[in-house]
Amino acid sequence: MEDLKRLEEFQAKIDAGEKIEPKDWMPDAYRKNLIRMMSQHAHSEIVGMLPEGNWIQRAPSLRRKLIATAKVQDEAGHGLYLYSAAETLGASREELLEALHNGKAKYSSIFNYPTLTWADMGAVGWLVDGAAMVNQVSLIGTSYGPYSRAMVRICREEAFHNRQGYEIIAELCNGTEEQKEMAQDALNRWWWPSIMMFGPSDADSPHSEQALKWGIKAEGNDSLRQKFITMTVPQAHARGLTIPDPDLKYNEETKQWEFGEVDWDEFFNVIKGNGIMNRKRLKDRNAAHDNGKWVRDAAAAYALKKKTKVA
Amino acid sequence: MYTDEIKEAQKEYLLRLADDRMILSQRLSELCGHGPILEEDIALTNISLDLLGQAKLYYEKVAELSDEEVTADDWVFFRDEREYWNVLLVELDNEDFAHTIVKQLIFDVFEILLYGEMINSKDADLKAIAEKSIKETKYHLRHSHEWMLRLGGGTEESNRRLRDAIEFLWQYTGELFYTDEVDDILVGAGIAPDVSKFRDEYYKTLNKILVESELEEMDPNVWMQSGGRDGRHTEYMGHILATMQYLPRSMPDAQW
Ligand SMILES: [Fe+2]
Ligand SMILES: [Fe+2]
Ligand SMILES: [Fe+2]
Repeated sequence: MEDLKRLEEFQAKIDAGEKIEPKDWMPDAYRKNLIRMMSQHAHSEIVGMLPEGNWIQRAPSLRRKLIATAKVQDEAGHGLYLYSAAETLGASREELLEALHNGKAKYSSIFNYPTLTWADMGAVGWLVDGAAMVNQVSLIGTSYGPYSRAMVRICREEAFHNRQGYEIIAELCNGTEEQKEMAQDALNRWWWPSIMMFGPSDADSPHSEQALKWGIKAEGNDSLRQKFITMTVPQAHARGLTIPDPDLKYNEETKQWEFGEVDWDEFFNVIKGNGIMNRKRLKDRNAAHDNGKWVRDAAAAYALKKKTKVA
Repeated sequence: MYTDEIKEAQKEYLLRLADDRMILSQRLSELCGHGPILEEDIALTNISLDLLGQAKLYYEKVAELSDEEVTADDWVFFRDEREYWNVLLVELDNEDFAHTIVKQLIFDVFEILLYGEMINSKDADLKAIAEKSIKETKYHLRHSHEWMLRLGGGTEESNRRLRDAIEFLWQYTGELFYTDEVDDILVGAGIAPDVSKFRDEYYKTLNKILVESELEEMDPNVWMQSGGRDGRHTEYMGHILATMQYLPRSMPDAQW
């Protein structure tokens, strides 16, 4: 009885557009749903450092190296910020990382694709950070206060990454024949995986409906996907690039770019762990964590010693 | 206006400063995403970024002083191993976190003393770079110093790893004090600091930190490795450059 009343008040608050704060009452399922979503997001930030870290050492100019390094550092900052936000719900970073490392938790499947050429650094910034940005701008409207505030800060940087990525692609498109081919090839490989970043169609998305009702998500997968496509297609055309979708066409009435069939079979397989980089990403994350254990132990032992000395 | 002799010496001197930072930054960047905790991913990447920024300023000044049409990037991407002047310390393998921290400490203590003098340089550009960089270096030193204390005073394993690292890396400290006629000319002109002036202080500071970190003092007067300033490197160097330079070299006409 008590719970039912609280649930009604909770829902009323959300419907009125108020934010839920850490100390507020919330249904257990709301808390769990948020921890799942925020930790997935945090994991995506830190796993996402790997495919881009793969190119820092090979960045072709001092300026690009500075930008690439700063970008990957931003992503680490996003991860830290999101883990802290998730901790306000009572989950510890240690247990969240454990779930990532033993393969129980998910991260964005996009990072299970490899970065093969320098143009991929452009494509990832332009498309992957672009898609992330569209998603995250909408998440500013999420009902959980700490998550919403994290998004405000992170979106500013994602917009920056998106621009920098596009600039790399633009520079390549202005360059030699070889560079142009490199840019088109990267677009060919990253386009569909980026489209898939928004997740399955709302009709097939197991968490979508409840997440929308509780205001965890502010907008459905399909509408976000459409936003991204309509934003990105003209950017590709402006650089003389071809979107690898023969069915793509502009709808004069709706002013939207309509797109072809997404290969959901590939999507679900990559999620299941069958992507070309799944194993390597988890191996690298685990290696970093395991090799760092003695360092964390030393820091903890030293902190304890200092504390007992003071006391 | 400087004489040609000073100008040539200055180019050489700036390249040494630039190469040290460039290669150390490159090595640090290998750790990005692979650190022991997320906070260290951020800190080490930040230090790598600072060093890269400093290197860029020095390369740009070399390019300015050159009569040919060269850019800062040309110096980075189109020189071979025997034309790189960095000290051997910065090119060594990352090994483990203890090596990373000790390597940084050895460099940071030197850098803070160097910049402490360089802020009095008669060359306005060098002075300005030193003033900007010393702030960054203070943060770098605080970072490596704190980790020395934690690792040295942490567990038996961390203390052992730290000791292994300092025992191996110590022989690479001497090269930081290498000088030749390039230094003589610039010290004479009031442009570059006289590093011999702070050699004692350097080793005293390092040894103090070692003792604080529950390690034994080390002897500054043992056999030291050298060769980097003359382009005689370790076997690591060629691999670092192969990775770093391959793209601009494979497409020399391209802009990035
Ligand atoms: Fe991010
Ligand atoms: Fe993100
Ligand atoms: Fe980003």
